Amino acid sequence: MMSGRISRRSFLAAMATLGTALALPARAAQGTVVVVGGGFAGVTFCRYLRRWAPGVRIVLVEPAERFISCPMSNRVVYGTLSMHNLTRGYDVLDGTGVERVRDRVIAVDPARRQVRLASGANISYDRLVLAPGIDFRFQDIPGVGKDGSDRVLHAWKAGPQTVELRLRLHQLERGGVVGLYIPKAPFRCPPGPYERATLMADYLRQFNPKAKLLVFDANADVQSKRDLFRNYWDTHLKGTLEYLPSAELKQVDLAMGQVDMGIAGRHRLNLFNLIPPQQAPAFALAATGEKPDARWCAVDFLTFESRNVPNVHVIGDAILGAPGMPKSGHMANQEAKVAAAAIARLLAGQPPDPAPILANTCYSFVSRREAIHVTAVFRYDGTERTLKPVKEAGGTSEAPSAHEGFLAMAWFFNIMNDLFA
Amino acid sequence: MTSSVLTRALLYLGILAAPPAWAAEDGQVRTWAAACAACHGPRGKSEGGMPSLVGHDAADLAKDMKAFRRGQRPGTVMPRLMRGYTEAEIDAIAAFWAKEAK
Repeated sequence: MMSGRISRRSFLAAMATLGTALALPARAAQGTVVVVGGGFAGVTFCRYLRRWAPGVRIVLVEPAERFISCPMSNRVVYGTLSMHNLTRGYDVLDGTGVERVRDRVIAVDPARRQVRLASGANISYDRLVLAPGIDFRFQDIPGVGKDGSDRVLHAWKAGPQTVELRLRLHQLERGGVVGLYIPKAPFRCPPGPYERATLMADYLRQFNPKAKLLVFDANADVQSKRDLFRNYWDTHLKGTLEYLPSAELKQVDLAMGQVDMGIAGRHRLNLFNLIPPQQAPAFALAATGEKPDARWCAVDFLTFESRNVPNVHVIGDAILGAPGMPKSGHMANQEAKVAAAAIARLLAGQPPDPAPILANTCYSFVSRREAIHVTAVFRYDGTERTLKPVKEAGGTSEAPSAHEGFLAMAWFFNIMNDLFA
Repeated sequence: MTSSVLTRALLYLGILAAPPAWAAEDGQVRTWAAACAACHGPRGKSEGGMPSLVGHDAADLAKDMKAFRRGQRPGTVMPRLMRGYTEAEIDAIAAFWAKEAK
């Protein structure tokens, strides 16, 4: 034995700690990971887990045949990009060792570690990764309700509605009135509605100068890049864009185009772009054992595992973000990488990486050429078990520029490559 | 007593010899570096706008990143992002990208 002063017990404890500290190569990661949802979070996760855990079976459950990016979809509404630019076929993934199941998850059985699909099939998992994005709360819109969901033109999931909004904006009658409703935060893409407002108003100013855009914001103020947007509206869009904060959806008559927005007034609209309040999809809330009134899934930020249900992870817009964390495609990409690294290690019998750092960058266009950005760096705080923005880091552009418009498109090409190249 | 025994065991095995530093092959550094790919492209290969991160010496990469961090080099996003990392972390990330294949 060793010196009498080191007991066998404390030596074993030291060795156990060592095993953790050194991350001894225990065994290759193995098992099945089922990923639900092929957006920025889900696809990034599949690509990075494939690299970092070659022996793991990865199954992606996604009903659509094609991915359509929400980032840059406001440029489609404006008319400076086409849907084609936002779209990638999921078949690109078929050669990468990711099994693709075109189906929808309807329920999760955490006790049996199985997901049930709409087709009736079950898939067993060792780790489940939910990347389901958002659901709209149509029930919160008076005069619409759950049954009227197809009459709401939100264009907040890029697809046919993006094209419809473009057509209706471009075909608006001379001097018509457009409404844009922004729900209470948190919602997908904090600067997105303000970018859309700016681009729609810029379009009207040029091509339909007597038309107006009324921005009904359920929030008391602009939620992201505030000064940049408000300065731009004051200097470039006066007379076209009217910003009406603290709006309430009191009454909505979509057929007649009449709205009662509480202190933001009653209006008659020729076109109403209504972005509904949002939540994590119900099946994801149920799968992670959230309370009935919860809107988002609470996760451990080292692993993105549910705080309530073991072996079920959630990434992307569906999570309950730490304060300041936006629901953005870029953040979804960053969260997916942390989760992929953690799951690769957990499936190899090792602890997750101890010090994640997430970097967010988000560009918004304000005109056909100029863009602005916001950035932040989030670091893991082990004491509070949360992600915190670094105070000295991050911030926004000083002013819109064509240079940032150029960088915004380069960002888009590169992040799309990160998912699909 | 247990902690001093632990410390001795770790010292004996050479674990506590080095100050905290991250090796380029370390899992944590791999995940930090992956964050860069969102703007600079998968495996550090950019399609334009932002520079590619592969094909550079670690020292050159670290020098540029630290210049952003210290406000010695103008930029848009990078100065704001680099202030969120320590210089030791920047060295580790630079070493990771220098080892990545061109």
